[in-house]
Amino acid sequence: MADPVTKPADVTEVKEALARVGYLADEPAALVSFLAQALGKPVLVEGPAGVGKTELAKALARATGRELVRLQCYEGLDESKALYEWNYRKQLLSIQARAVERGVAGDAGRDPAGAADEATAGIFTEEYLLTRPLLKAIASPDPVVLLIDEIDKTDQEFEAMLLEVLSDFQISIPELGVIESRTHPIVILTSNNSRELTEALKRRCLYLWLGYPSVEREMEIVRLHSPELDETLARKLVEVVNMVRSLDLKKPPSIAESIDWARALLLLGADDIDRDVFNRTMSIIVKHRTDLDLVAERVGMQLGGEPTRAEASG
Amino acid sequence: MSAPPPGLAARLVELGEELRAEGMSVGTSELLDAFAALEAVPWTEPDDFREALAATLAKSPEDRRIFDLVFDRFLFRAVELEAVTRDVREGHRYRGGERIDLDALSEAVREAIAEGRDGEMRDLARLAVVSFGRQGDGSGVVGVDVQRIRRNLGLQSQAGAQAGERNLDRTQIARFERHLRRELERLQIERTQKLPPARPLADLDRSLPTSPTQDLAAVHRAVAQLKRRLATVGQDQRGRRRRAVVDVRRTMRASLETGGVPLRLRYRPQRPRRPEIYVLCDVSTSVTSASVFFLSVLHALHDSFRKLRSFVFIERISEVTDVFERERDFRKVSERISREGGVADVSGYTDYGRVWREFAAEIAEDLGPRSTVIVLGDARTNGRDPHPEVFAEITRRAGRTFWLNPEPRLYWNYGDSVMAVYEEHCTAAFECWTTKHLEDFVNVVAGGRQAQGA
Repeated sequence: MADPVTKPADVTEVKEALARVGYLADEPAALVSFLAQALGKPVLVEGPAGVGKTELAKALARATGRELVRLQCYEGLDESKALYEWNYRKQLLSIQARAVERGVAGDAGRDPAGAADEATAGIFTEEYLLTRPLLKAIASPDPVVLLIDEIDKTDQEFEAMLLEVLSDFQISIPELGVIESRTHPIVILTSNNSRELTEALKRRCLYLWLGYPSVEREMEIVRLHSPELDETLARKLVEVVNMVRSLDLKKPPSIAESIDWARALLLLGADDIDRDVFNRTMSIIVKHRTDLDLVAERVGMQLGGEPTRAEASG
Repeated sequence: MSAPPPGLAARLVELGEELRAEGMSVGTSELLDAFAALEAVPWTEPDDFREALAATLAKSPEDRRIFDLVFDRFLFRAVELEAVTRDVREGHRYRGGERIDLDALSEAVREAIAEGRDGEMRDLARLAVVSFGRQGDGSGVVGVDVQRIRRNLGLQSQAGAQAGERNLDRTQIARFERHLRRELERLQIERTQKLPPARPLADLDRSLPTSPTQDLAAVHRAVAQLKRRLATVGQDQRGRRRRAVVDVRRTMRASLETGGVPLRLRYRPQRPRRPEIYVLCDVSTSVTSASVFFLSVLHALHDSFRKLRSFVFIERISEVTDVFERERDFRKVSERISREGGVADVSGYTDYGRVWREFAAEIAEDLGPRSTVIVLGDARTNGRDPHPEVFAEITRRAGRTFWLNPEPRLYWNYGDSVMAVYEEHCTAAFECWTTKHLEDFVNVVAGGRQAQGA
């Protein structure tokens, strides 16, 4: 495992490190991962669902021996869940505790403003701060990989808030001042491209588009995850998946689903993908009713073998 | 790792300017990033060089596509310019072009294309250019020559392929055509000793197809892209914070956290508006592809509407909703509409007056305040009675009426166009001759933000 602080020397090193932890990166992905570390810039990864965007961040964390800090974005995510939050309950309790102490001391007749000052003194310190993922990544003493997942799910205000974190790696807390990062985190942002991200955010990031892999690469990936699968069967599987992807589906099958399918075929003990096997198992890769019809019609026909009973009667 | 050579910086800035000219937003900070990236990767590796620039300059799939095109063109021109200024020539190109067997060449090309071997394609493209040149019928126009060579080699996508031959798709052949084009341009530059003026990239999928013979694949790509973007339209407005209607139940629940004091109000989320839509599309030859394109987009989005019924018309009107429900392929849809529509009676000229009367008789009962009527047509009546009073009645019953005119606003009300007569009854009328116009409009209908300038 590599030392988390040192930077890799070249692209091949990154590629090999990723391969060692079970992520087969293609040339652009390896290069951008390398640049992210060499230049210390965040990476924006876009692509269809299930091509390994999140997995890339996890693999980078494993390969560099860093901790992974993950911020899952969703609609309505705000600063208090992403950056930091004051622990109100603890603050309240502490104020009450002090009031009780003073009550025991029993000095009446002091001016109320002074009392308020005294009561709130010392409650805006790190002791009362709840760290959320972004602050955690910035304040961590060890270098980390920060994954901001599905950034396109948040609103533009949140994006704007991220800018300070992403360009200067610092967070301003009004009551405490600026917290600067002690180590340089590797930042990965992923997006399913369901909304245009703002120019300002894109400007600060390196850009990586992850598409569906080529047949050869997907075969490697499938065989990496289910090594017992026969090579010719794996090839056929990947070719069929590619055929399915080329149709105009509501949800084309992802790499993860190819892997699931490979495992299912192993469990079933299938030694060939013919029409019968395909019709029985295609619900693993196709997950929409209208898609199922279309796939059964277009792809099922091209595979050899007898039609299933359901088809013959229907 | 060596530092980039001097002079590279100036070239990079030039590249940045060309990218900007093609509409990419390449700022100074992007260029600075690109320089920084080139210091980290070996600039002598072509793939790394290209990817490093792409990662720092191109920030969306569309930008990446433009980047690849511009990058290739830029390098090609830079190399050729250098060759011309230093007077480097290849001397004799291949001799013996007349001995090349056309069939064998065609077979080799086919194989290289199918396997996607780039280097081989380039070599074969040069051979093809030489063997073509001997026939002495080069037209001097690169585009024309490319097509002639392609036909000579018998390269065709699907349909024309005979049994036993490898089936090549359009994009694969396009790659070979690019090589051909490049070789021809190189020859031309060598002949004339100067570079042709730079041309902007073709504006392929940025404008609507004007005739059905245009590349439908490009249209389909545009639809797929629209579909994805529009599927999430209005999402950003459906958050809980946009409209202040207090959700009492959730507020009370949240108040438990603060001991029953409702410190934080919770708001009711805004439900998306799901309109009922009636679309009427002119499919006479002048506007047919825009109509079919528009209908495809709408039907791809049918989930966002409560009800969607589509009609096509020329002289008469005919409902085509079920065609779209059964077919997803854009190409098939347009074929079926032209085959089964049955909307042209005698002359094939649009008769708006009759269309309104038929529509009113059939549908008017169903129209209500939640209905949106969309008409796509050029409002050219061919001299027939426009019957604006029937149209007015339709718009009165419907909640909203939009008119999309595939002609630029400049041409409205010239000749037999009676746009003004109809426009006064519509909620709004839009010009609609690029995919961008359409996207803006569908955005409005599906409940998103108002389109700019609408």
